[in-house]
Amino acid sequence: MKIQLGEWAVSGNHGDAAAVDACGAELAIEARALVKRFDDFTAVDGVDISVPKGAIYGILGPNGAGKTTTLRMLLGIIDPDSGTRRVLGSDRPTEVARRIGYLPEERGLYPAMKATDAIAFLAALRGVPLAEGRRKGRELLEAHGLGYAADRQIRQLSKGMAQQVQLLGTLVHQPDLVVFDEPFSGLDALNQGKLERTIRDLAARGTTVIFSTHVIAHAERLCDQVAIIAGGKVPFAGPVDAARDRLRPQVRLETRVADGPWRAALPADARHEGAFWYFTLPESGIEPLLRALIEGEAGILSLSIERAGLHDAFVAIAGEAAARALEESAAEAAQGRQAKGGRR
Amino acid sequence: MLPEKLRAAFVVARRDFVAVIFSKTFIFFLLGPLFPLVIGAMAGSIGAQVQRDLDNPSIGVAMPAHQGDRLVRARNAMADRMAGQVPDFVVLDRLRDGETFDARAELAKGSGVAAVVTGTLDAPVLTGPQGRIGDWQGMISTFAARARTASPTAFPEVRGDVVQTTAASQRNGRIATAQGGQVLLFLLTMLLAGMVLSNLVEEKGNKIIEVLAAAIPMDALFLGKLFAMLAVSLVGIAVWGTAYGALVMAGMRSMPELATPAVGWPVFLVLGFLYFAMAYLLLGSLFLSIGGMATTVREVQTLSMPVTMMQLMVFFFASFALARPGTWIEWAAILFPVSSPFAMIAQAAQKPALWPHLLALGWQATWVLLIVRMGAQLFRRTVLKSGASGRPARRSIFAMLRKPA
Repeated sequence: MKIQLGEWAVSGNHGDAAAVDACGAELAIEARALVKRFDDFTAVDGVDISVPKGAIYGILGPNGAGKTTTLRMLLGIIDPDSGTRRVLGSDRPTEVARRIGYLPEERGLYPAMKATDAIAFLAALRGVPLAEGRRKGRELLEAHGLGYAADRQIRQLSKGMAQQVQLLGTLVHQPDLVVFDEPFSGLDALNQGKLERTIRDLAARGTTVIFSTHVIAHAERLCDQVAIIAGGKVPFAGPVDAARDRLRPQVRLETRVADGPWRAALPADARHEGAFWYFTLPESGIEPLLRALIEGEAGILSLSIERAGLHDAFVAIAGEAAARALEESAAEAAQGRQAKGGRR
Repeated sequence: MLPEKLRAAFVVARRDFVAVIFSKTFIFFLLGPLFPLVIGAMAGSIGAQVQRDLDNPSIGVAMPAHQGDRLVRARNAMADRMAGQVPDFVVLDRLRDGETFDARAELAKGSGVAAVVTGTLDAPVLTGPQGRIGDWQGMISTFAARARTASPTAFPEVRGDVVQTTAASQRNGRIATAQGGQVLLFLLTMLLAGMVLSNLVEEKGNKIIEVLAAAIPMDALFLGKLFAMLAVSLVGIAVWGTAYGALVMAGMRSMPELATPAVGWPVFLVLGFLYFAMAYLLLGSLFLSIGGMATTVREVQTLSMPVTMMQLMVFFFASFALARPGTWIEWAAILFPVSSPFAMIAQAAQKPALWPHLLALGWQATWVLLIVRMGAQLFRRTVLKSGASGRPARRSIFAMLRKPA
């Protein structure tokens, strides 16, 4: 799904007082200690996020982790109970809504509207005059091979086509910041690939893209930075490489000799699967291990060091956070029981 | 920020207005008032026929010879000079000396008379149901007295001196105009304001609500929806008014005869329009807020009955206050936001001062904005509170009601 933004390509800087990160990069979004509770359930618990301008930023987390609530707070759909947020230089995201495009996870348009009118309506919500929105909508539909559907009602389109129309409506006003909530859900592999290209095109034109997903592969392919959310908290936020570096590289070893004194040199976590040994790269590095293996006459056939993938990093980081959250909630429950017992 | 809100409200209003006006169901909306009119006309025609039959009773007369005939002649001579309808007199029997007549048996056999006069002109006896005796006792006495006199009575002519109105009739006429204004206002708001109950369900069902919430302030969405339905209402009123005007021009209907309101007809009509808009916006914003909590059409349907009852209560309150001018009840009706337009249209019919209307319109507009703002905030807090995964569960209005304190 290519987005040809053409002569009305996205603008970058609107001259607002944007925040900067530690490296001096301008931030499109800066959120500090965001908290949101629904009754007695804390959906988001002290989230910090810094999204540099022009970056592709992923918010990763399992289902129910607080991704959508975080995005809704960033967009001003709901207000945090505490914490601060600054979006495109404004403390009130609704004031810069015209510069934001948002595609929610639960997509939908008015079924009786024609495709062109639907795009024009979404544009009008963001301040584009209706006639201009219609013209741009028609151009976008033509550019994406959907010109034949311009005058069809949304209810007459397939689900995939309706989703494309909504995507075009999200981008028609050339936003500086685009927020996608689970954009890949419900798309076939072909359209997932098209959407990835669209996101890259947007970023290439200076648009900041932030999206949530629980499918790590998309984030790994697209994102400059990610925030991992688990149990409403952010145990990690930063570059994708930094997330990977949270895990030590994995070593895969193949030897000619099945057993011998060299076995004593293997780290404690080494496990034997088929013809290979797998273990975490020791903190002392690979050289001392190699020396020991050679001296122990292991007969090395192959040895590879593999950097941890984002998926593994995500599982480890989110898993740790989930375990911590579980421990904390168990402790809270125990405290509650004690307090009740005390009152009795 | 206000111009931006109004701009956003206009975008929503335009979408809603076009969606309603160009929908196939709009024609049924326009035809809606026709159904009660047709049913009312049919029921009225049947009812009038029944009433005519009931209101044209006859009284049987069974008296000694000549006395009965004299009573009937007295009735015929005086009938035109008496207020109200005088029943026909039918001679059932001319009794000979010593002969009696069983009036009860006559009534029991169902000969068509509603009561029977027996006895003599000096001592008439009226046999009939209790209510009829109460109604006709005096009349029979008058006719019997007239029948007993031998010489005919000369009735002098009364010259008429017509005046346009009296202070009392003007006051009563204006009260009638005030009541008419209230009833019309009530009918229109009841017909139209209830429609906004289901207005946000469409956005929730289409899942477009989140896009709207991210793009524009929620109170702009509420205002836009109210403006759209107000515009739809005005289209409806224009069509109905034109249709009624056409019927009047064609001579098929007559304009109701109402006393000129204290502020004069042109100002009264302008105020009527403004108070309709305010009554609609006040009740509409309230219903929109209530309806916004509903998640399904079924919930909206369940809510429509109590909402209609609430409208009725507001109307009755304003009508009650109309009959108590100068009391705290009238002031309460004027100040209570949702009854204020009804109370003020009655004021316009009865009192010529215009400045209270400016104050009242300002007061009502302030409440519209307040209710819209509160409704929008409540909507944001309660509806858009969870992700697609649905945790925590989206709470409908019923779930909120179920929640223990």
